[in-house]
Amino acid sequence: MGFVEMEKDWYPEGAERCSLGKFILWLAFLGLFFLWGLYAAVIILWKGLGVTGLDNYFGFGLWITFDLAVIALGAGAFFTGLLRYIIRIDELQNIINLSVIKGFICYSGAMLVLTLDIGQPIRAWFGYWHPNVHSMLTEVIFCITCYLTVLIIEFIPLVLEQKQIYKIPFLHNLAHNMHVVMPLFAGIGAFLSTFHQGSLGGMYGVMFARPYAFREGFFIWPWTFFLFVLSAISSGPCLTVLIAGFIEKLSGRKMTTYRIKSLMAKIGGSMLLLYMVFKYMDTWAWINGILPKAGLTFDQMFYGMVYGKWLFFTELVLCIPVPVIFLLTPLRRKPVFMYLGAILACAGVVINRYVFTVQSLAQPVLPFTKWEIYAPNWAEWAPSFMILAYGFIIMSLSYRYLPIFPQEKKLNK
Amino acid sequence: MSAFKDFDTTWVMVVDIDKCTGCGACMAACQTENNIAPQPDASNKLRTVSWMTVYELSNKMPFPDHDMAYLPRPCMQCGNPPCVSVCPVIATDKNENGGIVSQIYPRCIGCRYCVAACPYHARVFGWYDPVWPEGMQKTLTPLTSTRPRGVVEKCNFCHHRLNLAKDAARAQGKNPEDLEDGAYKPSCAEICPTGAISFGDAKNAKHKVHELIKSPNAFRLLERLGTKPQVYYYSKREWVRRQGDNYLKSEKV
Repeated sequence: MGFVEMEKDWYPEGAERCSLGKFILWLAFLGLFFLWGLYAAVIILWKGLGVTGLDNYFGFGLWITFDLAVIALGAGAFFTGLLRYIIRIDELQNIINLSVIKGFICYSGAMLVLTLDIGQPIRAWFGYWHPNVHSMLTEVIFCITCYLTVLIIEFIPLVLEQKQIYKIPFLHNLAHNMHVVMPLFAGIGAFLSTFHQGSLGGMYGVMFARPYAFREGFFIWPWTFFLFVLSAISSGPCLTVLIAGFIEKLSGRKMTTYRIKSLMAKIGGSMLLLYMVFKYMDTWAWINGILPKAGLTFDQMFYGMVYGKWLFFTELVLCIPVPVIFLLTPLRRKPVFMYLGAILACAGVVINRYVFTVQSLAQPVLPFTKWEIYAPNWAEWAPSFMILAYGFIIMSLSYRYLPIFPQEKKLNK
Repeated sequence: MSAFKDFDTTWVMVVDIDKCTGCGACMAACQTENNIAPQPDASNKLRTVSWMTVYELSNKMPFPDHDMAYLPRPCMQCGNPPCVSVCPVIATDKNENGGIVSQIYPRCIGCRYCVAACPYHARVFGWYDPVWPEGMQKTLTPLTSTRPRGVVEKCNFCHHRLNLAKDAARAQGKNPEDLEDGAYKPSCAEICPTGAISFGDAKNAKHKVHELIKSPNAFRLLERLGTKPQVYYYSKREWVRRQGDNYLKSEKV
């Protein structure tokens, strides 16, 4: 049996996939972006962060925005896991695998970028060795690394279920036993993930000398802590729906029923509605409390195009209430509204992470300073594209060889 | 989380803005004293490593009412530092009598969270490997450690000079915790040709700054944010004082 024939034996039971040649071409296309990013990563590690567009005004830039956005969008994994294994919405078993892989990609990708982002990567372990328990970032380091481990544990049984690997009795049994204990990891994952999603928001909320980001809060947690959790669990399921839709579009095959995707979209929409209530209250309190107390006005928080009010209104109007309507009303039954709603919800969270990361630093707090413009350069874009390419590669391989969609066989008869 | 830290000795700097000519001698003295390497491209002011930066202030009025001022800005050594509580690895702390906010270069991982948290832009990052051109190594002082690239650095009120002053006091049989006025002075305060920078212990009545900070013309930057800086400014000009903080149109200084 030739290799091409043998490769077909690796597909999930009853699944059809494109030709190997086509698949390799697809991987090669993605590989180009990956290699470009890898080249940039080597240059950055060798020459230092001087090659990037970051500076002393913008210590945080594209990478932190990118990390926060993918981590928020990756929240579909823990939240779906929580709903599937703890709350026991059994229908979600048809999409949980996709959520787990997406979460793994998002978190591992974010970790790779973070390694480039810190000035002394070989000291990254200091977060464990010299932890400052008062820092939100310490909590982020703890939880992200622990949760990535959980995601790996959740991903392993999926790999073991690959048709050929599953024939090996030991690995078969291992996969089975790991599935049995999965609710435990789903629980740990939900706990860890909720906290670091929150701490990422807390990171900004505690910056009391940065009025754009600073928020009052509850006990040690600023309101951004809770808002980041809510925005993550609302946009996370939406991205899962978008990925499922994208795979179906690309392959021309059905992966899950519309009902499942619609359920995920409804979950995302419900969380988005909850988020909307709190986000609006928070924004009102910020405009009428935090800003006047600091001697600043709402208008002073915006500048030009890249820091304009259009971002504020796009985030708070176009990307919250509009998707809420699309995702929570009967409009959801039409794919165009469901997908558009999901896209808007995801776009909203990306804008939110951008303004909290970049705009809060660009806003001049000292009256005799001025707005500064930040523009990421190629050395920051390339690794970001590398992570996107990495995500597509992992997802493509998983789709081709792993049985991630339980309904696929039945739906494509 | 963050909270005000009080010490028996509180080293404060008082800058008389009305005396400052903006000559930049304080910046040059600081760079030399603290072994700051020449920059590969000093034209990008958002990238330069400078612990002390002189800002230009303008009252934004047309001639003949136009007026300007210069404001040297070291690290504020805040009483309630926004940068300390955020550091994930305790590479910066405010835990020594005197209230100077430390920066531990070998521990800093270069995450730049403190840079983001500080509204004064007092913290800078080492974007490049520090390189001293041939011959310039001779200018390095043995008193301040050099920093590798990839860590955050900032003004520490020439902390090594505090140690030297304490040593000198011990050698003379005096109390190192009760230094005489002028016994400890950062390099910027020493070099200033117009004597615009005063330095001393705010808690010690024998020190000049003890009285200076009580003047109605003395102010601190961004006081309403609650950072409680240990750097004070002084100006008899109302518009200068008003630029020390943000005010709503309805508010008076």
